[in-house]
Amino acid sequence: MADVVVQQGRVARTSGTRKRGSLRNALGHKSTVAFFLTLPLILLIVLLVLYPAFYSVYLATLNKAMTKFVGLGNFTFLFKRETFWMVVKQSCIFAITAVVFKALIGFIVAHFVHNIPGKKQRKWRGMLLVPWVIPPAMSTLAWLWLFDPSYSAFNYTLSFFGVGPIPWLGDTFWARFAVILVNVWYGAPFFLIMYLAALKSVPDQLYEAAAIDGANWWQRIWYVTLPMMRNIIAITTLFSLIVTFANFDIVRILTSGGPLDTTHLFATWAFQVGIQSSDIPLGACVSLFMVPILAVAAIFILRDVTKRGNEA
Amino acid sequence: MADVSLRKVIKRYDDVEAVRGIDLDIADHEFIVLVGPSGCGKSTTLRMIAGLEDISDGDIMIGGDVVNDVPPKDRDIAMVFQNYALYPHMTVAENMSFGLRLKHYPKAEIKARVTEAARLLDITDLIDRKPKQLSGGQRQRVAMGRAIVRNPKVFLFDEPLSNLDAKLRVQMRIEIKKVHQKVRTTTVYVTHDQVEAMTLADRVVVMNKGRIEQIGTPNELYHKPATRFVAGFIGSPAMNFIPCRLEDVAGKLQIRLTDRIAFALPPARAARYNALPRNDKLVLGIRPEHLTESHAHLEPGIETFDTVLDVTEPMGMETLVYFGLEGTPVCGRVNPNAGATDGAPMRLAMDLNNMHLLNEETGAVL
Amino acid sequence: MSTVAIDKAGPSRKVKYGSMSRDRAWALRWSYFFLVLFAIFFLTPPVYMLITSLKSSAEISAATNPWWVFHPTLSNYVELLTSNQFLRFFWNSSIVAIVVVIITMLISIPAAFALARMKFWGSATLATGVFLTYLIPDSLLFIPLFKMLAVIQDLTGITLLNRWYVLLFIYPTLTVPFCTWIMIGYFASIPKELDEAALIDGASWLQTLTRIFIPVALPGLIAATIFAFTVSWAQFLYPLVFTTSVDQLVLPVGITTTLIKGDVFNWGQIMTGALLGAAPPLIIYAFLMDYYIAGLTAGATKG
Repeated sequence: MADVVVQQGRVARTSGTRKRGSLRNALGHKSTVAFFLTLPLILLIVLLVLYPAFYSVYLATLNKAMTKFVGLGNFTFLFKRETFWMVVKQSCIFAITAVVFKALIGFIVAHFVHNIPGKKQRKWRGMLLVPWVIPPAMSTLAWLWLFDPSYSAFNYTLSFFGVGPIPWLGDTFWARFAVILVNVWYGAPFFLIMYLAALKSVPDQLYEAAAIDGANWWQRIWYVTLPMMRNIIAITTLFSLIVTFANFDIVRILTSGGPLDTTHLFATWAFQVGIQSSDIPLGACVSLFMVPILAVAAIFILRDVTKRGNEA
Repeated sequence: MADVSLRKVIKRYDDVEAVRGIDLDIADHEFIVLVGPSGCGKSTTLRMIAGLEDISDGDIMIGGDVVNDVPPKDRDIAMVFQNYALYPHMTVAENMSFGLRLKHYPKAEIKARVTEAARLLDITDLIDRKPKQLSGGQRQRVAMGRAIVRNPKVFLFDEPLSNLDAKLRVQMRIEIKKVHQKVRTTTVYVTHDQVEAMTLADRVVVMNKGRIEQIGTPNELYHKPATRFVAGFIGSPAMNFIPCRLEDVAGKLQIRLTDRIAFALPPARAARYNALPRNDKLVLGIRPEHLTESHAHLEPGIETFDTVLDVTEPMGMETLVYFGLEGTPVCGRVNPNAGATDGAPMRLAMDLNNMHLLNEETGAVL
Repeated sequence: MSTVAIDKAGPSRKVKYGSMSRDRAWALRWSYFFLVLFAIFFLTPPVYMLITSLKSSAEISAATNPWWVFHPTLSNYVELLTSNQFLRFFWNSSIVAIVVVIITMLISIPAAFALARMKFWGSATLATGVFLTYLIPDSLLFIPLFKMLAVIQDLTGITLLNRWYVLLFIYPTLTVPFCTWIMIGYFASIPKELDEAALIDGASWLQTLTRIFIPVALPGLIAATIFAFTVSWAQFLYPLVFTTSVDQLVLPVGITTTLIKGDVFNWGQIMTGALLGAAPPLIIYAFLMDYYIAGLTAGATKG
């Protein structure tokens, strides 16, 4: 019997090389399949993300009527405008302040939620995430109404304490405060959820070991919680920085950039210049100023996410 | 049912050879176990038989047909995975019948086969459960059931018991043996556990570093290991290897272990080793069960020596004793009543009728 | 309370233990106290929406206590839900969100399957590219996209600007990258042995995808669907730029542009509209909270 097997093997070997060729075809076929499966994704990214991104750079080099190439003319024009520098400043103030407060509030509230018994956590978590679920355009309308110059429910309440009335959206300081407040209100729950998930992934034994080593609550947070959560804090913060920096909805609805353009962000100002005033090249130019900070944040996120993936 | 043959099968990953030319003939109905340490290429070999890995060179034949380029589904094989790989969203019955349903078997036949397999594996009550609701042992049975219903030419097992606890592993081992006795399907079984290999196999294939070290029945491997690797891998506790040399003393051949300890070889052994050069570096291979307490009446070929025990491990039916011979750690098995205690001197007896002599450099058993 | 009793009755050795659990009890009380404060902060706007939506214009303009409804009325709801214009917004939003979800899934699932399981030339780069695309905000692309649409419209004669259906092509740029990314993660977490078992059982790659991967990764699929729906439903900038005619608007734009007409006392209707606009995501969230949160946190883990 074994002899027969050997003979067949020998016969087969002669045809073996040819057959292996067909196997290579089969492998080729596999990557063909993979190509077709990813083709719609690739087309979408190339045609509707990458192409417009580069098109934007091209647009930014044209004059207002888009008939003439002006090189960096739009950029030098922007550098000479005071409003532009105000937008740069306000975008940075807005993004940094809002992200810091979102991160702090999210971190603190996550601890409170983590402290209470497991069964009740679900209910509280559910309640506290509501701001993130409501479309921001809708919830900002509610804030707009809460800040209404003549009917502000906040001012009504504050009047009992002898405060106000505060010109929430009419004064530069308060308008800036208001847009940050609304952004913090909308974004803090996202941090809360991310931190809560991270807190739950820290093994209890670590806290017990730290408690046995004599660490107080502050040392436990500093030496156990924060190092264990460092990666998720970094990812969440950087991600939020991108989203906040590029924010449009809240400022557009709340102030439309006013009073006197003092609350404009890159996005809202680009909209006003490019769409409302029909200066598409200048609008494209304004929005392109977001790219550097977005790119830096994106690189760091990618690094952290990859690191996280490697740890898992 | 079918025989399986491997002809000079090679697997290369880039420039690393994971499997370096395997030749193996597996007869119809045979239960073959591939055993070896992790990274020895046993799993890769199994996966090449299954068709989950392409082979770099050589031929694999199932039932006489070269299947090198045949996709797994057309090889008529069934495989049981280490983590069971049950489809979590399907019931036990659906898991078992998935392959048949894909091949559009008539419903009545699917049902009959599933029922029969479930009866064989004693999982009839579990047929409508999801894998999540099953214990490890039950999942293992379902995974076997999925293989059985397809009535394949060859069963392939990839470390199927590794995820079970020790007690269940023994139980499932017996279960697998029983199933094989009933269905008699040619089986290739991969494990790193030499006990599993010894208890299950008709023939064991010991692999190391991508090569076959030895093929043989469990008894052959145990009593006539071909290499130091096999001698050390099969058996637990492992065989002792003690550096030694041969000497001629008064016309008789003797083996010297230390300055103090030397034994005359029994006649059969002396005849066998007489032709060996005297100054070669040699290693004595002796299993712990051939190192026991000394008796008053010793049979020929059993020699005694005195030593001081380092550590003893009472196992109940025997006591393992550990001591050193010029720095070489040695293990023996003595009667629990022999009075072995930690740090105490003891007279031990070595059964030279069961000794092995190995070449230290090549590892070959002489 | 019982801890106090132990504290008093027990020997001095137990004081340490007692003080620890007393600390914990206080920590719990403080936690609840602050949670209530934060809950008030987080829930004030939606609650205020509801309060205002139940008021008549007369009551709003009377400037009574804004936090209380003295004469509740559903007239705002009746008015909006019988207004053709508002229903048109709702319909536009629904059809856009649903079709975008379908398009997103049709693109994301096969791509994620290929990226998670078929190693091919450039697959790692593509996966990274998908993640980076997800980080590109809408406010960077709306101007070039607007111009692109205008140019294509001029070249082909097909009307693209001021048509709701153009959103069907634009929204996937926001939903597909994230959905693909989290589906890669879910698919990659399926043990490799499962597809090998399917392969041996005789499944083609399509059968492996539809009969093994999709059912096993169903939680991920639901999370991705929720994400795609809520993003499409909430998107404000693109429809604001690309659509202007009243019959082409989706809810967020429709409410903000048509209901705000300088008429201060229309706030009852604005809040009702906003609440109705927020309702679909809120309802989905109420029923599928765990999937919603799973999708939210999945973005931070590598696929």
